[in-house]
Amino acid sequence: MAVVETRGLKKYFGKVRAVDGVDLIAHDGEFLVLLGPSGCGKTTLMRMIAGLEPPTAGDILIGGQVVNDLPPRARRIAMVFQSYALYPHKTAFDNIAFPLKAHGLKRDKIKEKVEWAATLLGITHLLDRKPRELSGGERQRVALARAIVREPTVFLLDEPLSNLDAKLRHAARDELKRFQRSIGTTTIYVTHDQVEAMGLGDRIAVMHEGKVRQIGTPHETYHEPADTFVATFVGTPPMNLIARDRVIIGFRPENFLPIEIYSARDDLVKFHFHVRRIEHLGSDRLLYGSLPGKDDLSVIAKLPLTVSVNIQEGRRYEFAVRAEDLKFFERETGLRTEAQPL
Amino acid sequence: MIKKIGTQLSLYVVVLLFVAFAVFPFYWMAVSTFKRNEDLFHVATDPTHNPYLFNLPPTLEHLTQLFFETRYVTFVLNTFFVGALVVVITLLIAVPAGYSLARLAGSWGEKLGIGIFLTYLVPPTLLFIPLARLIALLGLQDTLWSLVLIYPTFTIPFCTWLLMGFFKSIPKDIEEQALVDGYSRLGAIVKTVLPLSVPGLLTVVIFSFTLVMQEFVYALTFLLSVGKMTISLGVPIALVLDVYRWGPLMAATLISSIPVAILYNLFLDRFIAGFTGGAVKG
Amino acid sequence: MEIARKVHRVGWRYLLDRERLLSTLLISPALGYILLLIGVPLLLAIYLSFTNAISGHLEADFVGLKNFRTIVTDPIFLQALKNTFIFTFVSQLIVLILAKILALALAKSFPGRPILRFLILLPWVAPISLTTLAWDWVLGASNSSLSVINWTLRAVGLLGPTDWIYWTAFPESAMAAIILIHVWRMLPFATIIILAGLTSIPQEIHDAATVDGAGWWRRLFEITLPLMLPIVAVAVLFGVIFTATDMTVVYILTRGGPYNSTHVLASLAWQRGIFGGQLGEGAAIAIFLLPLLIVVAILMLRLARRTEVT
Repeated sequence: MAVVETRGLKKYFGKVRAVDGVDLIAHDGEFLVLLGPSGCGKTTLMRMIAGLEPPTAGDILIGGQVVNDLPPRARRIAMVFQSYALYPHKTAFDNIAFPLKAHGLKRDKIKEKVEWAATLLGITHLLDRKPRELSGGERQRVALARAIVREPTVFLLDEPLSNLDAKLRHAARDELKRFQRSIGTTTIYVTHDQVEAMGLGDRIAVMHEGKVRQIGTPHETYHEPADTFVATFVGTPPMNLIARDRVIIGFRPENFLPIEIYSARDDLVKFHFHVRRIEHLGSDRLLYGSLPGKDDLSVIAKLPLTVSVNIQEGRRYEFAVRAEDLKFFERETGLRTEAQPL
Repeated sequence: MIKKIGTQLSLYVVVLLFVAFAVFPFYWMAVSTFKRNEDLFHVATDPTHNPYLFNLPPTLEHLTQLFFETRYVTFVLNTFFVGALVVVITLLIAVPAGYSLARLAGSWGEKLGIGIFLTYLVPPTLLFIPLARLIALLGLQDTLWSLVLIYPTFTIPFCTWLLMGFFKSIPKDIEEQALVDGYSRLGAIVKTVLPLSVPGLLTVVIFSFTLVMQEFVYALTFLLSVGKMTISLGVPIALVLDVYRWGPLMAATLISSIPVAILYNLFLDRFIAGFTGGAVKG
Repeated sequence: MEIARKVHRVGWRYLLDRERLLSTLLISPALGYILLLIGVPLLLAIYLSFTNAISGHLEADFVGLKNFRTIVTDPIFLQALKNTFIFTFVSQLIVLILAKILALALAKSFPGRPILRFLILLPWVAPISLTTLAWDWVLGASNSSLSVINWTLRAVGLLGPTDWIYWTAFPESAMAAIILIHVWRMLPFATIIILAGLTSIPQEIHDAATVDGAGWWRRLFEITLPLMLPIVAVAVLFGVIFTATDMTVVYILTRGGPYNSTHVLASLAWQRGIFGGQLGEGAAIAIFLLPLLIVVAILMLRLARRTEVT
């Protein structure tokens, strides 16, 4: 078990600043998710923690020790790659045993440990198969078994669920979370999927263009985004942003509702909403439209099934947001600022 | 339908014409190997004596002559001696070099790789004079060691290039996984990259060996004694020197060509990939 | 922080984990071999061409351009220079045309294709010194009265009962024979490379063009040929290098004869430099291959760069 910390960590590839000064702490036993669009530097950051990429500047600490100069094998980490990187020429058993052999363990000790890991992941019946004979979900389990067998101090997971189909991914997510809780190993998890991040992370670090934009619990990143990037990247559909004078006002589509459903006590900010198109998604209705004004801003409203107000395409309606649900951002920097009178 | 059969047929005719052209000398080697001398050396003005057919029953006399009365077996052994050592040297040098270019060298790896490949184009005919001087300086003239030393100059560039392509096709993840799993870079290469590269290594073995089999100019330049000669040099220069030499000579060319051809053909697609390099990426 | 790093900086134990060091270590034997046994000899070849070095004596005097002055007035050298160009140009032209036809024929899959491909490949794969010997015997270069070609030409009436073709007795027929062998040998190589290029053009492109209303000829000239240009260039460049620098065919078939009329640069360089022991003069002759080599290398690099961009 260990704390993982980066201090002023930078990685430049030529002129490209892949990681541009990241300070981050993953606490002991924590499940920390690095979330961001592709190319935001999250994988590079993880590879530096693993020791696969030397940093341009800054320090990496694992368990309080600077590990910059240590090769991957000396960092006591385990990593699961997006591709799972199973050794195609080895059976599942030999794949799982491979890290143990590196440590020169005795044969019966290896067997015991492999079986322990395989039982934990429910793959004892697959041990003599080669990777190509395994399904996607089975490969993922073998890769996880290989990661835990050495009892590492840190888990690094690079989008391990992205190769699974949508249905399997749900189950695997739940399983992964329970599994991590039960063994309690510090885990850093890279993903571009914000639903996955919200579901798995104790905390989420949202990254963009090599920088960490916000670190916080899933609740914080969703409800109190630190800037306009986080506001639009987390949540589908994204937060509506409209520029007003020196600020940008943001509100979530699900907080943008027909005025009829509010009670008189609510402190409301009202808008005229011109609905152009309606999508019926089963549990929700998505309304695409604009706020009539000098530049016709596009916004989206998300009405749950419980809101049964009749709405038609091409018409105008009176919509409103509770004042407390409005977020304010500086127009220049996009950073969060205090609420301002409208 | 008829038009389709027509095109198919003309296709076959075209291909078969080319095949006949390609194969004719080999067919003639085979015929000459098994013909009796009286049949083989019949003057070509006699229209009744069809040289394509066996006018007398076939014989194995040329083969027995080749193996028991000539130095052919010595040539074969010399070729294998040089071939085996060149293959080993090539592997020892080209495998690390190809790996280094594919994985570690970064952006200049590609450029250096092309540079190394271009040295494959430097022909023996430009180098044999200075190398003859070098070999004399080292006291290696008229020894097989001269060939063992010089042949890697053309096997290493091409094989490094081939292996570079091969190593690039092995996912980087797998090797990095081994690094994370507790192995050093060298350990990861030995435990994961090499086992996955067996086809590439075999290609290098075959290619180096066939190049050694085919080489003529350096052998002609460095070797003098018949007992030191390799197949490609000894057979045309020193096998049998009398008028009736064609029977055993053709037997030797046939036996020496066909196994190489079969081996080479097995790995053809990889050699082609090597020669065409980036040009077929498409 | 600095102190912590120093304490934990680990020395030699992880030396080989430094990628730059390891990559340098791994590549250096190959670079060393190439520099010592290709680079240095290449420079030595250039140096020798300015000296009067002879084999058996290690000391040599610098004689400036003397060797070059001697050879450019030597009709045998001029003939060899000309022959090198003729052999290369003519054989590669024929190879290119034939290889194109053959590759198009082989591009379709049909029963028996693998075995036919193997047979067509034989001339490239078999050792050239041995196959040239077989051609010698087929043509009757050294025994024209026993030539199967002569018999066949007579049998089909192309040759009168008392006519002979002495293939290597006359410059013209000897040159034809040499070109024939070069074509025979390089044809499979060019075919296979062009075939690889043909099959690498995605079928969708052909389909798209067909849907767009392009006929067979239009597709050939506007899609197949332009897309195959780089690969055809590769085949030609290799063909040029292999043919222009080859001395085996000439050496075994004619030894440069009759009357030194079929020498190429390579065989003449060998004749003068090794056989005659005039290393300086031989080197000077071989040096004339260098410009060709440089041109081909530059074209190859351009080709590599162009395909990188696309």
